[in-house]
Amino acid sequence: MKPELLWVYLSASPLLWLSLTLLAYALADRLSLAVGRSPLINPVLIAVGILSALLWITRTPYAVYFDGAQFVHFLLGPATVALAVPLHRNWPVVRRALLPVAAALVAGAATAVVSAVGIAWLFGAPYEVLAALAPKSVTAAIAMGVAREIGGEPSLTATLVISTGILGAIMVTPLMNAMGLTDYRARGFAAGIASHGIGTARAFQVDPVAGTFAGIAMGLNGLVTALLVPLLAGWLR
Amino acid sequence: MLNAILILLSCQLAGEAISRGLGLPIPGPVIGMALLFAGLQLRARIWPDAPGVDAMPLGAVAAFLLANLSLLFVPAGAGIVSHAATLAAHGAGLAVALVASTALTLVVTALVFVKVAGWTGKDGAP
Repeated sequence: MKPELLWVYLSASPLLWLSLTLLAYALADRLSLAVGRSPLINPVLIAVGILSALLWITRTPYAVYFDGAQFVHFLLGPATVALAVPLHRNWPVVRRALLPVAAALVAGAATAVVSAVGIAWLFGAPYEVLAALAPKSVTAAIAMGVAREIGGEPSLTATLVISTGILGAIMVTPLMNAMGLTDYRARGFAAGIASHGIGTARAFQVDPVAGTFAGIAMGLNGLVTALLVPLLAGWLR
Repeated sequence: MLNAILILLSCQLAGEAISRGLGLPIPGPVIGMALLFAGLQLRARIWPDAPGVDAMPLGAVAAFLLANLSLLFVPAGAGIVSHAATLAAHGAGLAVALVASTALTLVVTALVFVKVAGWTGKDGAP
């Protein structure tokens, strides 16, 4: 088979981009391990960088890429369900922290929405952009639904959600260390509130208790933000 | 192994059915997580001598998925590059809003958590 034909065949099958997604992540994860899980070497960011470069060089449309990568993407659902396992295992610790959980949830959810919308508003962003930005700290499925409901562009929301996730995962460790905060429940909970699943993934890298609290925070913030943002949107319009 | 995958998928499926069926704003997998948690708690109550979840294949499959949680965001992440132009079009305002708001949210959430944990006197910090 001629090389061009081989490429035509391989690039049309899901196998190629599925394998390359796993390969890019394996390299990124190896790199992250080599630097002792330094927050600056975020495996999601590195893998996305490698794949974006590959897609750009080979001029592959995202839809073709996603045909292969969707099998990995699909696992987000079962992985979310699987968060019940560490929650169950650490339930005695969680149950004792119900009050701090409730207080930090309300404070964090409100801060995430109001500060983002407020800053962008000061920069003169139009309503449609503010509406897309407001739910940026919650998991993509909820954020896109909320944005659509209040007149924001869901695809812009998806971009803002992923960017927020990566930013939070990079910032959480240095910020918490600078504040001298050693309570892994609080550190994990903050990561889950500010940066949903990507923050939760980072928290699990650092500490299992932090990961558990991040998972709870992610789920609860989705709920609170879905209720809070439509209220705020009515007032903004 | 097969049973563990079946448990996760059934919880997600039930979650989706509840979410769509009742028109709830909560995604199916989050409801699925609540269902599985309730199931695990119930199992521990009515069968206290049962082997812990870590001794079950479900524990191993969950640990595997959560250890590689970062990987699962890579396909969606690769999609944001196609929207890079949208982001750039809105200029510095969005970038500043994202960075500042994320940092502020992290700090406020962690501080409120620690303060309230201190007040309630149940400082279970390890």
